[in-house]
Amino acid sequence: MDPLELKSIIERGLPGAIIEVHDMTGGGDHFEALIVSESFEGKGLIERHQQVYNAVGDAMRARVHALTLKTLTPAQYANRR
Amino acid sequence: MAEVIDRIQSSITRNKITIFMKGTRHFPQCGFSAATVAVFEELGVPFETVDVLADPELRDAIKVYSSWPTIPQVYVNGQFLGGCDIIRELHETGELRGLIDSALAQPVAQ
Repeated sequence: MDPLELKSIIERGLPGAIIEVHDMTGGGDHFEALIVSESFEGKGLIERHQQVYNAVGDAMRARVHALTLKTLTPAQYANRR
Repeated sequence: MAEVIDRIQSSITRNKITIFMKGTRHFPQCGFSAATVAVFEELGVPFETVDVLADPELRDAIKVYSSWPTIPQVYVNGQFLGGCDIIRELHETGELRGLIDSALAQPVAQ
């Protein structure tokens, strides 16, 4: 899978999120994603990652072997820079 | 399915820290499993590992059990704590040490 395709799949599930996806190995199945979304507000890491996994849906089982996630709220993202 | 769920529950309640992983603690078969084990080695706390590659039924069931599609999965006192990214993040912020210390201080779950 192309990183841009994965990005658009995640965007569909988390509208309005800032999303960066990198292919870690160039093989199209190991990705790293930074996702900044208001929907993470008030949620723990488990719930945030589950939101992303749900957005990726069946592709998570079939086409994505590994997805390393960094999930931030807009406030956390602002503090980070 | 019921029998494999019993096995999962028995592992996560019998041990304070259980890591469901690919391969074994000394011979991990995946970089993410290896990285997760390395964090707990570094903390120097006792933990058990379960090799999901040796048990395809368990490998599927554990994903359903915590609505978590990836391996490794770490359980502390019977509760799902996270996968590789979450463990690494909690370790980097120093939160993991506190979580584990308080978990080890509690009586065994159940």
